[in-house]
Amino acid sequence: MAELGFSEIPDGALVEQLLHALPGKVPLIKKSYRPPNYETPVEYFRKPITPNNAFFVRWHLAAIPQVGLKDWTLGVGGESAEREFKLTMDSLRKDFKPAQLTAVCQCSGNRRGLFEPHVTGVEWGVGAMGNALWRGARLKDVLQKAGVKSDALEVVFDGADHGALDKTPDFVKSIPIDLALDENTLIAYEMNGAPLPHWNGFPARIVVPGWTGTYWVKGVTSIKVISKPEKNFWMSAAYRLPRGRFKTPSYKSQMTEANEPITTMVVNSLITSVRNGERVPRGKPLEVRGVAWDGGAGIGRVEVSTDGASWAEARLGKDLGRFSFREFAHSVPTRETGALVVMARARSASGETQVNELIHNPAGYHHNVIQRLYVEIV
Amino acid sequence: MRALALVLALAAGAALAQEEKVVLKDAPGRDKAMQCLACHSLDYIQMNSRFLDKAGWTASVNKMINAFGAPIPKEDVDAIATYLAENYGKPSAK
Repeated sequence: MAELGFSEIPDGALVEQLLHALPGKVPLIKKSYRPPNYETPVEYFRKPITPNNAFFVRWHLAAIPQVGLKDWTLGVGGESAEREFKLTMDSLRKDFKPAQLTAVCQCSGNRRGLFEPHVTGVEWGVGAMGNALWRGARLKDVLQKAGVKSDALEVVFDGADHGALDKTPDFVKSIPIDLALDENTLIAYEMNGAPLPHWNGFPARIVVPGWTGTYWVKGVTSIKVISKPEKNFWMSAAYRLPRGRFKTPSYKSQMTEANEPITTMVVNSLITSVRNGERVPRGKPLEVRGVAWDGGAGIGRVEVSTDGASWAEARLGKDLGRFSFREFAHSVPTRETGALVVMARARSASGETQVNELIHNPAGYHHNVIQRLYVEIV
Repeated sequence: MRALALVLALAAGAALAQEEKVVLKDAPGRDKAMQCLACHSLDYIQMNSRFLDKAGWTASVNKMINAFGAPIPKEDVDAIATYLAENYGKPSAK
């Protein structure tokens, strides 16, 4: 079972999860069948780019229509747009200059299963994330064609998915207008050089580099520029953090007295070359490798420790851009037998570091506690 | 139960075949807990075990009704929460 996750995950979740392949996907760690929630096993993070067929799957609502390219249109408008129009995939590809960037898409609740005390939700281990090369139209170019009025406050996205019941709130998300007009925010129609898999938002999804996956609306069908805060359940009640507990930027038009929406990812890392409980022969160097990422400042450095007291700077891999996974590697000599605790600590270019103790919050977001993997040198 | 059968019939075939392998423990209240199937597979229950007490499960069921519109009669909430707490609840300290 250690292969499929971490022992800290709720015992019921560990018993129920298994490897299962959705159509077009390799076997992933099934958390729930309907709606489909599937986590990427750790071995796929040994390379900086996550393959499309191994990319994690996360849906809130059970009805996920198979969209045909010929039928698909993207409506653009809203009260704070000068014009309304519909785009076909052909026009999205041809009328707007393509842009591309490498960016991590991470579910806000990645590592929720490791929360102690546990909180309810999808009990993710470490694999509700992936890193891909996204290609598409810049959202700002599409919004410029629509004409953004001076009272524009937020831009709202809706996708083709919906609940099994009419009464279930449709999954609709908004981002601040300045972020929508940022050159890095895309309407992506390609992922790693191929069309997006159905499970990851075919034919197009919003890409908001640095921000958590909740804003990366899949199978997008509607983009609206609005002058008042979007108030649906998924904005006003879900994806909220207690105010002031994290140093991430605030989404000002969505703040309340009690809480605020999650925004960017916190700095984090994942060790991919070492398994907890692994036995390593003495004399053979222990290779500590993995990936590190953050909310868009980029990774400044990663340090590795095997005793929790002294830290050594790891070698960083190729820079694929400030929104991407950054590989790290460090070789530890194993001269004596005994137990080691392998830890990696990432620091962002803006000076944020991973935490020693969990910052608990009711919805189980932003778990970036330094991993502790125990290795026996024999 | 007719509404439930309809929902199951509408669910995608391949996913459904897998989903049917998830079986809830046979105990009083199981039938009422099966109403959860209207919106999601039953593995959501195992996944969120075993760390909730009855108050926790009651809050979860009420969230499904109030936030997500689950068509569960108010009078069934207690029976469902009791079933979930007894079969998928936090092990009591011994």
